[in-house]
Amino acid sequence: MMSDAISHAILPGIVVAFLLTQDLSSPLLVLAAGATGVLTVSLVELLGRTGLVARDAAIGLVFPALFSIGVVLIARYAGDVHLDTDAVLLGELAFAPFRRLTLLGVDLGPRSLYLMGAILFLQIALLLLFYKELKLATFDPAFAAAIGLAPAALHYGLMATVSVTVVGAFDAVGSVLVVALMVAPPAAAHFFVRRLSAFLALSAAFGIATAVVGYALARALDASIAGSMAVSAGAIFSLAFLLAPERGLVAAWLRRRSQRWEFAQETLAIHLLQHRGLPEEQEECRVAHLEQHLGWSAERAAEVVRRAENRGLVRREADLLSLSEAGVALGKERLST
Amino acid sequence: MTTTQPENAIEIADLTVAYRERPVLWDVDLVVPRGILMAVVGPNGAGKTTLIKAIMQLVRPAAGQVLILGRPIRAQRRIVAYVPQRGSVDWDFPTTVLDVVTMGRYGRLGWFRSPGRSERDAALETLRKVGMEELRDRQISQLSGGQQQRVFLARALVQDAEVYLMDEPFQGVDALTERAIVELLRELRARGKTVVVVHHDLQTVPEYFDWVTLLNVRRIASGPVAEVWTERNLRLAYGGRMAILAHELAPAPQLRASPAPDER
Ligand SMILES: Nc1ncnc2c1ncn2[C@@H]1O[C@H](COP(=O)(O)OP(=O)(O)OP(=O)(O)O)[C@@H](O)[C@H]1O
Ligand SMILES: [Mg+2]
Repeated sequence: MMSDAISHAILPGIVVAFLLTQDLSSPLLVLAAGATGVLTVSLVELLGRTGLVARDAAIGLVFPALFSIGVVLIARYAGDVHLDTDAVLLGELAFAPFRRLTLLGVDLGPRSLYLMGAILFLQIALLLLFYKELKLATFDPAFAAAIGLAPAALHYGLMATVSVTVVGAFDAVGSVLVVALMVAPPAAAHFFVRRLSAFLALSAAFGIATAVVGYALARALDASIAGSMAVSAGAIFSLAFLLAPERGLVAAWLRRRSQRWEFAQETLAIHLLQHRGLPEEQEECRVAHLEQHLGWSAERAAEVVRRAENRGLVRREADLLSLSEAGVALGKERLST
Repeated sequence: MTTTQPENAIEIADLTVAYRERPVLWDVDLVVPRGILMAVVGPNGAGKTTLIKAIMQLVRPAAGQVLILGRPIRAQRRIVAYVPQRGSVDWDFPTTVLDVVTMGRYGRLGWFRSPGRSERDAALETLRKVGMEELRDRQISQLSGGQQQRVFLARALVQDAEVYLMDEPFQGVDALTERAIVELLRELRARGKTVVVVHHDLQTVPEYFDWVTLLNVRRIASGPVAEVWTERNLRLAYGGRMAILAHELAPAPQLRASPAPDER
C-alpha cells in the first residue's frame, strides 16, 4: 500500500518542478518526485505516531490529499500540458450513466449500476456467510490457524473480493475516489465504535453520506463529482477525527483539561488536610498562600478554589479555607494510594 | 492405541525444527502423560516457543512426528487450546474483551455457525474466573499488559479443550493473579485435562507443577519434578550460568511462604 501511495503522492512534486522548469524531461522532476516521496512517508509516520489512526489509514489519508493537490495544481496552472487530470484520475463519474447495459436491444440502465450492484450482493453474501471466520482471521490469524480455521485461505479470499470491488469501482468512479471511499469511511467509523458489526454498519453509512454530500457539493459548485466526493470523504473523516466523543482530538483535549483541574483540586485537598488543626493553619490555608506554596498563579489558585467550593470540597470564610467532610475524604483517599 | 482413551496427551518423536539452516530443536523425543501439569523450562532461545508451535503445526518441522491423544494435530485442533507468548493480534481491531473471549468457542462451532447465548455465557463465566468481568466491554487495546494476558488465557480456558499449551501465561501478571491462575490450572488437571506451561520462574516450578521438561535445543530431561528437577539437569539446560541459579534449587521459603489466595 505504501509504494502505491508514494507513486501517486509524488504528483504535486513533479508538477511544481515542471512549473518551475517548464521542461518535462528535466532531471529536477525526478529530484522533486523523490523529495515528495520522502514528504509522504514522513507525513504518514507523523499521523501514525499520533496514535489516533492506524498506519494503513494514515497512508490512505496522506496519499489522496497530496495527489489531489497535484491534480489541482495541474488543473490550475498546466491545463494545456500532457499531464492532464483525466489521465491520472481516469473514469469520471459523470459519464457513468451514459455507459448503458443493453440486452437484446433493450436498454436496461447504466452498466456500472448492474456491475456494482452485483458486487455489493456478492460482498454481503460472503460477509454473512463467513462473518465469524473473517473476523477471527483478521483479528488474530495465528489463533485462527491454531483452531483450524484456514486464515490464509480466508485472507486471500478477502483480498480477491477486494480486488474485484476495486476493479469494478475503478471503472465507474476512478482511482482516487476508490481509495478515498475504501479508506476514509472506515477510518472515520473507527473513532466511534468498539464492535465489528457496528463498525461495518457505520462505515457503510459514512460511505453513503460521502456520496450524497459529495454529489450535492458537485451540483452546488458545478464541480467534478469524483473530486467533490473525495473532498466530502476527507471532510467526514476530519470531522470524526476532531469531534468523535471519547476518541476524537477535541474530546481527548477536554479530558486532559478536566483531569488537570481534577488533579489540582486533589492537590489542594491534600495540602489543606496536612495542615488541618495545626498551629500554622491560619497561615497556610489562605488562598493567597497557595500561590506561594503550590506554585500556582493567582488566577489558577482562584479557579481551583472556586471549582472545589462548587463541588463542596472546601469551605471559605473570607480568605481562610477549610475542608468539608467530602474534602477530607478525598484528601485521605489520595494520600493512601 | 487409538481405539479407547489413549494414555498420553502428547507424543513427540524425533522432532527437529530449523529456521533457515540452523536447527533450534534437535531430535526431541517427549511423552506427556494425560492429566498432568507440566512446566517447560530452558534459557531464552532454547526453543520452548518453537516446541509449542511445532506441536500446533504453526511451524513446519524438518523431521519428526507429533501425536495429540494418539492422533495427528490436524484431527485434534478442536481439543487443543493454545495461549501464544506474544499475541499476534491486530490491536486496533474493533473488538471487545468479551468478544475476544467468545472467539475461544469458534473452533467448537466450526464453519458457518454463529456464536449465541450459550457461547456468550461461557465467555462471561470464564471472564469472571480470571477476574476480568468488569472490563468486558473494553476495547482490547485499552487494557494493561497483564490484563491482556488474562483475556487470552480466558479465551483458551473457554475452549474447554483436553490439552492446553500455554507459552508464558504468567508474563506480566501480578503475584495474586498468578496464584489465581495456578488455581485454575489445577482445576483443569483435577478434571483430567493436560496442561503444558512454558515457565521462567525456576523457584516456583516444584510448587506449581508435578511434571517438568528441561529444554535447550535438545531435550535435557523430562519427568516428574521429584525425579528430574536436579542441579545436574539445570546445569545441563542453563550451561555455564548455573552459578547464579544454584540457590534456585533450594527455594527460599520466606519469599514464597504466602498461601495461595482464595478465589475472589
Ligand atoms: N521466525 C524465526 N525465524 C528465525 N529464527 C527464529 C524464529 N523464531 C525463533 N527463532 C530462533 O529460534 C531459537 C528458538 O526460539 P524460541 O522462540 O523457540 O525460544 P524460546 O525458548 O521460546 O525463548 P524465550 O524464552 O526467549 O521465549 C532462537 O534462537 C530464535 O532466535
Ligand atoms: Mg518463547
